[in-house]
Amino acid sequence: MTSYVIKDVAILDGKPTDIVVKDGVIAEIGSGLAADQIVDGSGCVALPGLVDLHTHLREPGREDAETVLSGSRAAAMGGFTAVHAMANTNPVADTAGVVEQVWRLGQEAGLVDVRPVGAVTMGLEGTALAELGAMADSAAAVRVFSDDGKCVHDAALMRRALEYVKAFDGVVAQHAQEPRLTEGAQMNEGVISGKLGLAGWPAVAEEAIIARDVLLAHHVGSRLHVCHLSTAGSVEIIRWAKSRGINVTAEVTPHHLYFTDDVVESYDPIFKVNPPLRTKEDVAAVRAGLADGTINIVATDHAPHPSEDKDCEWTAAAFGMTGLESALSVVYETMVQTGLMNWAAVADRMSVAPAQIGRVTTQGQPIEVGSPANLVVFDPRANQLVDARKTVSASRNTPYAGRTLPGKVVATFYRGKPTVLNGELNA
Amino acid sequence: MKHLLSAADLSYEDAILVLDTAKQLAAATEQGVGKLPPLRGRTVVNLFYEDSTRTRISFEAAAKRLSADVINFSAKGSSVSKGESLKDTALTLEAMGADAVVIRHNSSGAPHRLANAGWISGGVVNAGDGTHEHPTQALLDAFTLRNHLRNGEGDLRGVNVTIVGDILHSRVARSNVLLLNTLGAKVRLVAPPTLLPYGVEDWECEVSYDLDASLEGSDAVMMLRVQRERMNAAYFPNAHEYSSRYGLNLTRMNRLSESAIIMHPGPMNRGMEISADVADSQRSVIVEQVANGVSVRMAVLYLILGGSESM
Repeated sequence: MTSYVIKDVAILDGKPTDIVVKDGVIAEIGSGLAADQIVDGSGCVALPGLVDLHTHLREPGREDAETVLSGSRAAAMGGFTAVHAMANTNPVADTAGVVEQVWRLGQEAGLVDVRPVGAVTMGLEGTALAELGAMADSAAAVRVFSDDGKCVHDAALMRRALEYVKAFDGVVAQHAQEPRLTEGAQMNEGVISGKLGLAGWPAVAEEAIIARDVLLAHHVGSRLHVCHLSTAGSVEIIRWAKSRGINVTAEVTPHHLYFTDDVVESYDPIFKVNPPLRTKEDVAAVRAGLADGTINIVATDHAPHPSEDKDCEWTAAAFGMTGLESALSVVYETMVQTGLMNWAAVADRMSVAPAQIGRVTTQGQPIEVGSPANLVVFDPRANQLVDARKTVSASRNTPYAGRTLPGKVVATFYRGKPTVLNGELNA
Repeated sequence: MKHLLSAADLSYEDAILVLDTAKQLAAATEQGVGKLPPLRGRTVVNLFYEDSTRTRISFEAAAKRLSADVINFSAKGSSVSKGESLKDTALTLEAMGADAVVIRHNSSGAPHRLANAGWISGGVVNAGDGTHEHPTQALLDAFTLRNHLRNGEGDLRGVNVTIVGDILHSRVARSNVLLLNTLGAKVRLVAPPTLLPYGVEDWECEVSYDLDASLEGSDAVMMLRVQRERMNAAYFPNAHEYSSRYGLNLTRMNRLSESAIIMHPGPMNRGMEISADVADSQRSVIVEQVANGVSVRMAVLYLILGGSESM
């Protein structure tokens, strides 16, 4: 196995040093080190490989939008070394058979750890529990369960799911969306939805479910994870729950850190997403919540769609945007350049904490001698004009198209192998 | 003026120009010269994704009176019912050489997409999109108000217009609030709180839940259609309660000033938002609104297509 030395790279917020990657682990850290191949890390930052708790890889069922392989490539380009593949495929990942298939496809792609998420309910229909234990015991060793895309809105069923997964240290990741309050909803309910005549998606539809679920988690003593939290009120509820000792974690997406709902005035469905883009007060609140740790992690909710599902009128378009390739740059711009977080905090929110929530033991490890060599080298000085036609993902629905994002992934190491080198995919 | 997508696209000068042009075109039509020549050889497509007999016929008459060629394309019985996308329909119309597309669509913002997605090069006129806007309706309402309250000239400064009904789902209300403000009128919206959009307090208008308290001082009352089906979604308890609290009946009409006019964009629910005797009264200008619709749409098509010197 080829050994690599990353020269003059800053580990998180530290001074420049050399890192030698050999035989799948970090072999040496120091100055003046040598190896078979040199990676120039001057001016760059080294972070532990990123871990995404919320990725849609679309396989099986929508291979026209993304496959496990194409999504793994996009993940590597974005600096990820592990992704959690959401269950809303076709067929739904609600049995051991489907999660094992996705897990095996991930092994074959070999670019990131692909950790399947299991559905909470059969067929995501919200009526009967899926085979949670069988999925946990399968080769895929599922620990995260979610009906993402749909809310487990039945309170009794949610309670049972929270209780049941305790048997194998699982976690229910809730897509918090009260269905009756969001029938036909198209965008955040606010001044802009009223003006645009698009059916509103009130913040309370998210907050009411989160409030209920933290109380349920408290009552049954389970851990709860809240997907893509998007409102100031949700941040307040999570903060309150944590102050009461409730075992809850929460995620925010890069796009909810970056965009506000006024971009919808273009009626361009590239900005149509679930949950919807919110107001600038909400963006300020989720940024503050991520900075102070109320929100534990950034998760991409990478949601690829073929162009025909976006190149149409707003209400006909699909919800969702891609995010794997742009996530680190967006977090850099919204959280680091603004002075809200340092690199140690970025490593925590994008690698250490998501690995911990997903119980991925080989990921999110500190960059020290002996750790598995899952690493990303990021050059904060580079600027990139995002070109949707050049994405590695099989889909082009990036909301950053035409915008310049700061920073660039120079190299990604997955289990000691470079999946990205010199900013190019190495696979 | 390249497109007319929203009443907000119209500056004060634009709005006055449309109204003055409509007045000239109406006069020319009344002189009985038959068709006017300015749009000869130009093609106007009526692209209607929703049933709307009156608006489609109004645009068709307007285009034909200006000698344009008119193609009517309705979603029913067309390639759309076979699943064709808006984009492909647009590309087809572009290939056929449409100079302007008049679009009615049930999706808010569809005319914006048609105008800005790079699918077609011609002008786009919004003939009503979802619950967003209906700018030519606002123009014909302004034209009607100006004729009755300002002798058909100038703007609407000092005119008080009360708009009553389902504001939440109304594209007519949104366009009227924007255009009437541009022209200097004062707008008051009256509806039960369930039928007002979130954030309406930030609109340039007054808002009231009380129709009776809003009649005095109104120079015009515009009643909006309220669909009976809304009561199934709990916007109000039933048709009777709606009608008694927010319907315009004779008793209420008689409390208006003598010069005040009654408007309705149609189609009416007689007995629901407006009683039959009010709809048929001397103060009602509802039929006139329809006639003015043709003149205003002639003006919009004329201005968007650039017209010609032969006007």
